[in-house]
Amino acid sequence: MAEKTIAGVNLSVSDEGYLQNPDQWTKEIAEEIAGELNIQLSDKHYEVIDFLRNQHKQGTPLTIRKVGKSGIVDIKGFYTLFPGGPLKYSSKIAGIPKPASCV
Amino acid sequence: MNKDIHESPLKRVCIICAKGTVEDVYATLVMANGAVMEGIEAKVFFTFFGLDAITKKRMNKLHTATVGNPAMRMPGGLPFPTLLGMIPGVEAGVSAMMKSTMDKLDIPPVDEFLEMITAGGGEVYACKLAMDMFKLKEEDLWDQCSGVLTVGDFYAMCGGENTQIIFT
Repeated sequence: MAEKTIAGVNLSVSDEGYLQNPDQWTKEIAEEIAGELNIQLSDKHYEVIDFLRNQHKQGTPLTIRKVGKSGIVDIKGFYTLFPGGPLKYSSKIAGIPKPASCV
Repeated sequence: MNKDIHESPLKRVCIICAKGTVEDVYATLVMANGAVMEGIEAKVFFTFFGLDAITKKRMNKLHTATVGNPAMRMPGGLPFPTLLGMIPGVEAGVSAMMKSTMDKLDIPPVDEFLEMITAGGGEVYACKLAMDMFKLKEEDLWDQCSGVLTVGDFYAMCGGENTQIIFT
């Protein structure tokens, strides 16, 4: 556990930089984390982020396959939006914990 | 943690699958998909009975062995008698049960899993020698297969720093 100031807000984050409390998340925080990952957020990114945050709130474990079946983006598109680590990067930007998923 | 692990992360995995049971094929698919999910390049090479995983007619009908599998258990946890595994239909039933358990964990069928891997940039190859042995033609293979390789072609893909070859 660590403290980190993101977009002017002091937040508690995991060692890998994932927000500990998803309720503290704002769009400004998302933009700053995305910037660190060299991702420019579009409306499509936010659709995925909203989906992830809703699923997380409902306690659904997240997988790439679920995002692919969400109707927002297919798996190839998901990789294009968040290159190099779609599920982990999108979760980080969405302010939810790192998904403990192998698929 | 060892500092070197962070400074020089894994870049590419070349995975060989030579067996065609549910567990052998899924071990390969989970590792390949897990790699592309982490931004690691993945090249998967199917050979011998592993070719079933990329043969259109067989890929979604893989079985797990109910004979000669000492780790096999009954649903309650009791040992699974080998004699029971010999009865016709038992292997199919057990395999169907395994697949339904996997489906509940959001593990996709073989064709969809392969699509997930290639959607992430992973590549799927078939072994030329094994194809000749089993008299398979390219049109028998899954449509998105990247190609048919000789062992030399495969090794040529395994160069570069931080590349690992994995035999599942």
